[in-house]
Amino acid sequence: MSLESVVAQSHVIVCCGSGGVGKTTTAAVIALHAALQGRKTVVVTIDPARRLADALGLDGLTNEPAQIPGLPEGSGEMWAMMLDTKATFDGLVRRYASDSKQTEQILENSFYRNISTSLSGTQEYMASEKLYELAIESDYDLVVVDTPPTRNALDFLEAPRRLAKFLDHRIYKVLMLPTRGIVKAVNVAAQTLLRSISKVVGSEVIADAIAFFGAFEGMEQGFKERAAEVDSLLSQPDTAFILIASPHADTMAEAQFFAARLRELKITVRALIINRMQPRFGAISQTNLPNHKPEEFAERYAGTAIGEQYQCLAEAQHLARGEQKHVLGLAQELAPAPVVQVPVQGFEVSNMATLQMLGQAMFDTEVTSEP
Amino acid sequence: MDPKQFLTTSGVIIVAGKGGVGKTAVSAALAMASSSVGLRTLIVEVEGKSGLASLFNSAQLSYSEIQLVEPSLEVGEVMARTILPEDALLDYLKDHGLKRISGRLLSTGALDVVATAVPGISDILVLGKIKQLERSRQFDLIIVDAPAAGHAITFLRSASGLEDAVKVGPINSQAKDVLGLLNDPTRCRVLLVTAPEETPVNELIETAYSLEDEVGVSLGPVVVNGVLAELPGLQTNPIEAAAQAGIELELSEAQNLAEAALFRLQRTALQRAQLDRMAQELPLAQLLLPYVFTSELGPDGLAQLSNSLLAEIRDLPNPSRG
Repeated sequence: MSLESVVAQSHVIVCCGSGGVGKTTTAAVIALHAALQGRKTVVVTIDPARRLADALGLDGLTNEPAQIPGLPEGSGEMWAMMLDTKATFDGLVRRYASDSKQTEQILENSFYRNISTSLSGTQEYMASEKLYELAIESDYDLVVVDTPPTRNALDFLEAPRRLAKFLDHRIYKVLMLPTRGIVKAVNVAAQTLLRSISKVVGSEVIADAIAFFGAFEGMEQGFKERAAEVDSLLSQPDTAFILIASPHADTMAEAQFFAARLRELKITVRALIINRMQPRFGAISQTNLPNHKPEEFAERYAGTAIGEQYQCLAEAQHLARGEQKHVLGLAQELAPAPVVQVPVQGFEVSNMATLQMLGQAMFDTEVTSEP
Repeated sequence: MDPKQFLTTSGVIIVAGKGGVGKTAVSAALAMASSSVGLRTLIVEVEGKSGLASLFNSAQLSYSEIQLVEPSLEVGEVMARTILPEDALLDYLKDHGLKRISGRLLSTGALDVVATAVPGISDILVLGKIKQLERSRQFDLIIVDAPAAGHAITFLRSASGLEDAVKVGPINSQAKDVLGLLNDPTRCRVLLVTAPEETPVNELIETAYSLEDEVGVSLGPVVVNGVLAELPGLQTNPIEAAAQAGIELELSEAQNLAEAALFRLQRTALQRAQLDRMAQELPLAQLLLPYVFTSELGPDGLAQLSNSLLAEIRDLPNPSRG
C-alpha cells in the first residue's frame, strides 16, 4: 500500500497530529494531488496561515468552499475553505429549529454566542459537521479535513458526542429544577450548586444559560442523530485517518499516543506522514560509511573550508540517524500503513508551483514500513 | 546587559509562540539560565503537555510543585507545576463555598456551563493563580509556558474582556488584579518565540502587535530558536576545499558534501531573509538560539541552549536610564 493508493481509495481523509507539524499544508497538498489526478476535491482548513491562502491563489478563505484557480488542463477541481465555527453552528441551529422564533431566540442568546468561542470541543464538533456536509450533501470525490491543534488530538472524534451530551438537557434538567417543583432529594445538592455558582459568577449569566437550554428544548434529538451520523461516516471504510508528525521525540510521542487511542476506537491509521525530515546526503548506516568519517574530519580540519563542509555533513547525518530511530519505532507500530518521510525543503511553500513541488516530495519519496 | 538584571526586570515572564517552534524548550532554557545566576525559579505549564518533564528527565508535572533543579550555593532552585484551566476553575469555586460539591461540578457538566456562561473565566483564573504566586514572593522569577500563539492572545485578553463583561463581584476584582499584573512592565513581560521561517515569523509579528494593542502587555526581546550557524567554507567546491587541506576525495563523498552544503546554504539564505525582515517589521531585539542537531532534546541540549541564551543576553545593550 502506498500513500498514493490510500488517497485514491478514500472519499474522506482526516489529517491528525499535534500543532506545528505541517498538518494544514499537508492537507492542502493531498487535496491538490488528488485534483491533479482528475478528482474533484475540497480541503477544510482550521486556522490556515495567510501564506497558504496566498499559495492557493486566494485572497482569503471563507466558510464556503472557493475554487482554486490555475490548475493545469486535464485536472479535476480543487476547492478550499476555512472553518468558521460560529457560522457552522448557526447553520445547524437553523436546520433543527422548529420555526424562526426558536432560531432567533437561540441565535440572540448571549450564552449561545459564547459557545462557539468558549466551550471546548465546539470547534472540533463543527469541523466534523462541515466534513459531513461536504462528504454527504455535496458532490466532492474527496474531502480532506485538517483537525484543530488541540491538547488532546482525539477531541475531534469525541467532541460530537461530548457536545451532544452537553446539549442533551442533562444540565438543563438540573438548571430548570427550581421551576419544576419535582425536587428529589438527590437534586437538592444540584440546586445548592446552582445557587452558589450564581453567587460567584452572577445570576445574570446563569439566567442566560437557563434561557438558552429552554430555547433549545426539542432540538437536542436532531443534534444527537447528527452526531451519530457523523460518527458512522468516520468509521466508513473509505474514510482514512492519516497521522502527521515531525521527527522530534516529543511530537513522535504524541503521534504514538494518538495511534494507540485510535486503535482503542478501532480506527486504523492508514498512513503516517513525517514532515521536515533531515535529508541524509549519502548512506548513514554504520556498515557503509564513506572513507572519511565526517565527525572526525570536521574536528581535524576545523576552521578550514573542508572542515566546515565535513561539519555540515556530520551534523546532517547525525540528525538524520536520530530521526530515523524515532521513525522506525512508530512505523513498526503502524505497519502495514505506509510511512512517508518528507524531507525539509530548500524552499518555502509560497505559490502553486512550490505546493506542487512539496506534493512531489510527499508522493514520490515513499518508504515502506519495513524496519 | 547583565543576565541577572535582565531576568529580574519583571517577576513574571510569559513565553509565547506558534506550535512547533520550541516554546517549551525556550521556557526550560530560560529557567536554567535564571537558575544559573542564582534566582529561585518556577516554571508554570498551562496546557497539560508533556514536553517540559522530559527535557529535565523528570516525572510528569502536576498541580503541586516538583523540583527540577536542586539549589546550591550559586544555583537557584527550579520548580515546576501545571495550572490547567479546569484545575484553576475548580480551585476557585472550591474557594467560594463549593468545595463539598466539586465532584458534581464535573459530573453534571456544570463546569462546562460556567466556562461557557463566563467566557475567559478559566483563563483569568489561571492568570489569577499566577498573580497570586508572583505576590507570594516565593520565587524570583516565574516563567509561564503559554498556550500556542492564537490562544495566547485570547488567554491574555481574558482580563480586559472580563473586566468589561462582569462589572462587580469576585471575578471583576480578579480581572482588575490580573490587568494590574499584565500592564506593569516591572511585574510582567512577554517573550515571543519563533523559528527563523516565514510562517512562524509572520505569526509572531501579528501576535506582537495584537498583544501590545489589545492587551497592553510589554514585550521583551524576540527569541529565535533553531538558528543554523552560517559556515562560510560551504561556498567553496568540496574538491577544491579538500585539495587545499591535502585531502583526496572520492567522487561520491564529494557529492554528499556538496549536496549537504548546498542544502545548508539554501536554508541559511532563507533564514537570513526572515531574520532581516523581522528586524525591519518589528522593533524588538532578537536573541538567537542555535539549531541543536538532535531529534530528542535532553539535559545536554538544554544546557547548550541556556548558555547561548545567557551569551545573547550579555550582548544586549544596557537599558538607557530615565
